[in-house]
Amino acid sequence: MLQSFAVLLVFQLAGEAGTQALDLAVPGPVVGMALLFTAIALRPGIGHALRASAGGLLQHLSVLFVPAGVGVMLHAARIREEWLTIVLAVVIGAIVTLVVTALTIRALSDRMPAKPVEAEEE
Amino acid sequence: MKPALNEIWVYLSASPLLHLTLTVCAYLLGDWLFRRSGRKAIFNPVLLAVMTLVALLAMTGTPYPTYFAGAQFVHFLLGPATVALAVPLYFNFSKLRSLLMPLSVGLFVGSVTAALSAVGIAKLLNASTGTTLALAPKSVTAPVAMGIVEKLGGPPSLAAILVVSTGIVGAAIAPALLDWLKVRDPAIRGFAIGTTSHGIGTARAFQESEEAGAFAGLAMGLNALLSSLLLPVLLYAIGLV
Repeated sequence: MLQSFAVLLVFQLAGEAGTQALDLAVPGPVVGMALLFTAIALRPGIGHALRASAGGLLQHLSVLFVPAGVGVMLHAARIREEWLTIVLAVVIGAIVTLVVTALTIRALSDRMPAKPVEAEEE
Repeated sequence: MKPALNEIWVYLSASPLLHLTLTVCAYLLGDWLFRRSGRKAIFNPVLLAVMTLVALLAMTGTPYPTYFAGAQFVHFLLGPATVALAVPLYFNFSKLRSLLMPLSVGLFVGSVTAALSAVGIAKLLNASTGTTLALAPKSVTAPVAMGIVEKLGGPPSLAAILVVSTGIVGAAIAPALLDWLKVRDPAIRGFAIGTTSHGIGTARAFQESEEAGAFAGLAMGLNALLSSLLLPVLLYAIGLV
């Protein structure tokens, strides 16, 4: 548990250091995620060791959004002023994105020749 | 002599412990109500927790920085949680191979559509630059969306609210909308939900099936990675930053 937490922090730190050093527009934790993914791909043992703790942390992902969400109180004036824009952009944006993504994937997967199912899978 | 109730309150309200405890308890209350409602999307635990806390802070006249001094310990974990997304991403990677091309194109098209539809509507209605910037990554999981907006000079806390709202809206409409479109493959349903409404959508997709949930989580992780590379370029290209 503590070791897993240390691994996550080390990769986040590496990600933050990388984005600072290379002046990337990508957030540090995302680079950390990419680095960890690469590390697990090279040594799957790391992934197996992290699986339980990572699952535990991600299961409670929602609670981590609460402090940022409470920040809504800082934007009361802006939201009062631009609520219609915000509601329309959020609702229409979500509908359009969902439809476009689902139909694109379906159209492309229909066109693909049916592949034989691979015999073995790890 | 026992201190007056008032003095205890003055002491506690200045300590980070109070607002940390309130944050966790408000979420647990929201989660309990969500379960009791039969997991109705409108009873989203994050939404309920935020409403409870905002009401409490307003009633006690507590400013946000005082609240955040305690809540930051929860907020901080968004970083390690983002890194942790690499783990389920790795374990679901083999499922992805058979649908690699359609999902990659779908992810790219979906990611661009999410940003352009939001920015387009905002521009059309003459929204302020701050609001427009904060709307751009609304389909990206909160920690990453906040990072993107912060780097671009927008308000990250507004971005977080818009991300959470998009998650709730997407999770609420997705099942019926996908049924109406006759999209039945759980992998495609999950991937579309995850691309649109990140973690909150992923939680919803897991209720449909494990396969849908796994693909939603995959889409959330990949969209986070793609958007953080693509959005700055896209917004620069349309002259927003």
